[in-house]
Amino acid sequence: MSDTILELTDVSLAFKGLTAINGLSFAVRRGEICALIGPNGAGKSSLLNILNGVYRPQSGTIVFEGERFHRMEPLKAARRGIGRSFQNNALFSGMSVLDNVIVGLSRRARTTLVEEALRLPRARAQEAAFRERARAVLRLLELESQAGTAVGTLPYGVQKKVELARAIVAEPALLLLDEPLAGMNAREKDEIAAIVERLNRELALTIVLIEHDLGIVLRLAHHVVVLDYGRKLADGPPETIRNDPDVIAAYIGTSPAALAA
Amino acid sequence: MSVFLETLIGGVLAGTLYALVAIGFVLIYKASGVFNYAQGSLLLFGALTFVSLTEAGVPTVAALAVTAGLLVFTAVAIERFLLRPLANRSPLTLFMATLGLSYLVEGVAQGLMGSRVRAVDLGIDDLPLFLGDIMISQFDLVAAGVAVVLVVVLALLFHRTRIGIQLRGVADDTRAALSLGIDIHRIWQIVWAVAGLVGLVAGLLWGARQGVQFSLSLVVLKALPVLIIGGFTSIAGAIVVGAGESLAETYVGPLLGGGITSWFAYGLALAVLLVRPAGLLGERQIERV
Repeated sequence: MSDTILELTDVSLAFKGLTAINGLSFAVRRGEICALIGPNGAGKSSLLNILNGVYRPQSGTIVFEGERFHRMEPLKAARRGIGRSFQNNALFSGMSVLDNVIVGLSRRARTTLVEEALRLPRARAQEAAFRERARAVLRLLELESQAGTAVGTLPYGVQKKVELARAIVAEPALLLLDEPLAGMNAREKDEIAAIVERLNRELALTIVLIEHDLGIVLRLAHHVVVLDYGRKLADGPPETIRNDPDVIAAYIGTSPAALAA
Repeated sequence: MSVFLETLIGGVLAGTLYALVAIGFVLIYKASGVFNYAQGSLLLFGALTFVSLTEAGVPTVAALAVTAGLLVFTAVAIERFLLRPLANRSPLTLFMATLGLSYLVEGVAQGLMGSRVRAVDLGIDDLPLFLGDIMISQFDLVAAGVAVVLVVVLALLFHRTRIGIQLRGVADDTRAALSLGIDIHRIWQIVWAVAGLVGLVAGLLWGARQGVQFSLSLVVLKALPVLIIGGFTSIAGAIVVGAGESLAETYVGPLLGGGITSWFAYGLALAVLLVRPAGLLGERQIERV
């Protein structure tokens, strides 16, 4: 297996003339946590949406697991093992926590519609296996006690954890997290950050995440890519990024000391 | 008292039949967020095909199988050539597309199979049953029984199987469903096929009552207030209100004067829309602005 899991070359995306991503190139190494940072409107979410096939870039290529794509499609991306979470929770709010996580296993399903409808042995076996797998992930994230609760009734911070559980249950090769810490208090942020770190370390999960909390980003990430107006401003390990004058300039009003905090 | 009971029972039975029509709408609305104007045409198309086949001497069971197969094929074609190219367009665009589809299906069906009134013989005797001094239509009883069985089967299919969970996922958040590897096109095909088959059953039962011809597609218009009052996202709502509306139509209607029956349900639907836009049992949509 190659050391690089994902490589973007000269990717550009525009919405009706408004450039969101401008000739962007960077690579993600297998097993690292790569953080995308930058001011609002820098193109971070657009980039995630390109990787997961929601947006179609006008130019550039994406190489994922050695395979070259001009564009991804959401279904194809999911089946190749790209999992993701969304900026505002995109959970199935009427369903239980357990069912939400079970749906996360969709790409692993091997049964046909007829087997499902008639509940043939293979369908039952798969269902039992899915249930067991989903429970294991809930245990990992300490969500077991909420398994039967309707997701919509849970606090926001817990919902974020459920979304994380749903994204990792099918063991993606690459996990995209769009602001996993947004809208949380300091304690919840630390908890999620610890979980992300554990997933990366224990499951050797490659993670690309967007996050605004620079303190946490610089502590958590192995690799930081800074975007500004759709362009890459800086790319490197957190120690380098912390002292990069361009990055400091892009975060006007943020002194190097604040960045380091 | 017996008159009231008779009306009540008759109303519940007829209401179940309205609900059967409404289920087709609910399924498609839940899965693809579109009000399918062509549901009535599909219902007519199914019934017409079945009648044409049996008239040509095809045995009932074979005719049913062929018609069902044709409806599944139609559902797949609709998804492939209509829904997929229009994915991510506004609900209004999709609605207009189903409006066009409705005329297409109706035109093709009548062009191929004619527009004269045909009778459907489902082999159910339409003799009245007497329960003490209460008269019950045997046909309505059987028809309602079929509808109930169908509803139970659908409920089991959509609540107990993984397909059902996936369908609810697609209904809840399409982009999340896609990101998890749910084949949304497949789900749409399944839902449209099931809606088509439910439409076939509804078409045959209604067709046996009033004959198979163009006006059969208008049955769905009568189901519309049922949907609005019950809530677009609730199958249970469709059944309860279907029964209630039928009761009101036969019981309250004549009280207020005979001519009232045809618009009574619409008036009620309008009133409900003003007070509770999500319907009585529908899910309230909360949107962040």
